[in-house]
Amino acid sequence: MFVKVNSKRCQGHNRCGSLAPELFDTDEFGMAFPLYHEMLPPELEEKARLAADNCPEYAVLLKK
Amino acid sequence: MDETKPVEDWTTDFNIFDPQYSRDPAPFWSEIRQTCPIAHTGRNGGLYMTTSYNDAQRLVRETDILSNRQISIAPMQADKDLLADYHTEVNPPITMDPPESIAVRRLILPFFSVKAVEKHRPYTEALCHQLIDGFIDQGECDAAEDYAQQITPRVIAHMLGIDETRNEEFVSWVRGLIEDGFSDFDARRDNLKAMTTFFQDMIEERRRYPTGDYISDLITKDIDGAPLTDKIIVNLCVLLLIAGIDTTWSSIGSSLFHMATHDHDRKRLASEPGLFPSAIEELLRFYAPVSPGRIAMKDLEYNGITIKKGERMMMNFPAANRDPAQFENPDEVILDREQNRHVAFGIGHHRCAGSNLARMEMDAALRIWFERIPDFTLTDPGAVTWSTGQVRGARRVPVKF
Repeated sequence: MFVKVNSKRCQGHNRCGSLAPELFDTDEFGMAFPLYHEMLPPELEEKARLAADNCPEYAVLLKK
Repeated sequence: MDETKPVEDWTTDFNIFDPQYSRDPAPFWSEIRQTCPIAHTGRNGGLYMTTSYNDAQRLVRETDILSNRQISIAPMQADKDLLADYHTEVNPPITMDPPESIAVRRLILPFFSVKAVEKHRPYTEALCHQLIDGFIDQGECDAAEDYAQQITPRVIAHMLGIDETRNEEFVSWVRGLIEDGFSDFDARRDNLKAMTTFFQDMIEERRRYPTGDYISDLITKDIDGAPLTDKIIVNLCVLLLIAGIDTTWSSIGSSLFHMATHDHDRKRLASEPGLFPSAIEELLRFYAPVSPGRIAMKDLEYNGITIKKGERMMMNFPAANRDPAQFENPDEVILDREQNRHVAFGIGHHRCAGSNLARMEMDAALRIWFERIPDFTLTDPGAVTWSTGQVRGARRVPVKF
């Protein structure tokens, strides 16, 4: 699984960063970016799903 | 038109000031959502209101048509006159639209990043303890008046770098503005005037002796090379007050009301502190306080209705948060809800800039309350009161412990 943040949709709610700090960080304006660009280790997939399921802007994207 | 006459049809004549609606609006939202999800009323000078999650998600992105220029549904023309010296026509960036609002938002967002707001946690926690010290031996207090409403103005004062010795004075202006000021124009004018004079003096002082606080930092910033004017700095300070005080105290007060009235949730949260993060999101969803307005800059055709230029729309985020199409068992508080795309802080470009600060305050206020007062119930359910209008929350929550 790969994880991406659609920066055009992200508004800095930080739901992904608080649910999955291993996977996301925020810039000085609070906008999210992913920490992994390569395939996620399987143990982090559940966290990635949680982050995607809680983003009110539908900005966290998962790709198989 | 008689604004207080009883409502016959909630889809064509809703009344957000109806006492029963203030106590529990969810059944009204449910009725509207099922029959005509974008309701209209001739009250309050004419107003539309969304009730579904999907409509809120879509309409909030129509920023070219649905403008933030008028976010209050009870326009206070008076403010403009009173603040003629300070007001730039708008209260940036909340009453601006993109793209102009982008640069102004970028000025303030760094103050509200997760890391930046964590710096205010030790102050917030010490304050919560100090407030509880004041009433814990009495075995009762008002969780809203004596606790929630005491926290947020002081945290904002702390963020603004206000001299501790003037803190009480500052808090009384803020409360005068927010509470009495809503219905009493003289109180509103006097408190606003006191506040803007106060900020103007602070700006001059910070120019001479910068301290690294919010105002000192704003002084050093620019928009496209032009330094910020005193007007905009004063307005950004006033915005922090208006947006950051009764909103967050509503969420804290409503959360404590919930816990005082739901034994199972109270016991569960007290014994499983690991639930705090999801519980806070769930309480934000269920008791979301804020419904900002929009004004149509041109006609908008949407789902078979026409919102005409100049008509107003209330983005009812609290109602979106109860939409069964988005949330399973929406009218139930589920402390460990796993999927929760709630929109308590709004969505799209105008997402509440202070959401991280509000979350930190809620987290500190609730954790410390539960640490010290894990078991509490209402003293008198009939004495609980709710604010109404665009910021809804529990205002009196007398509890015993």
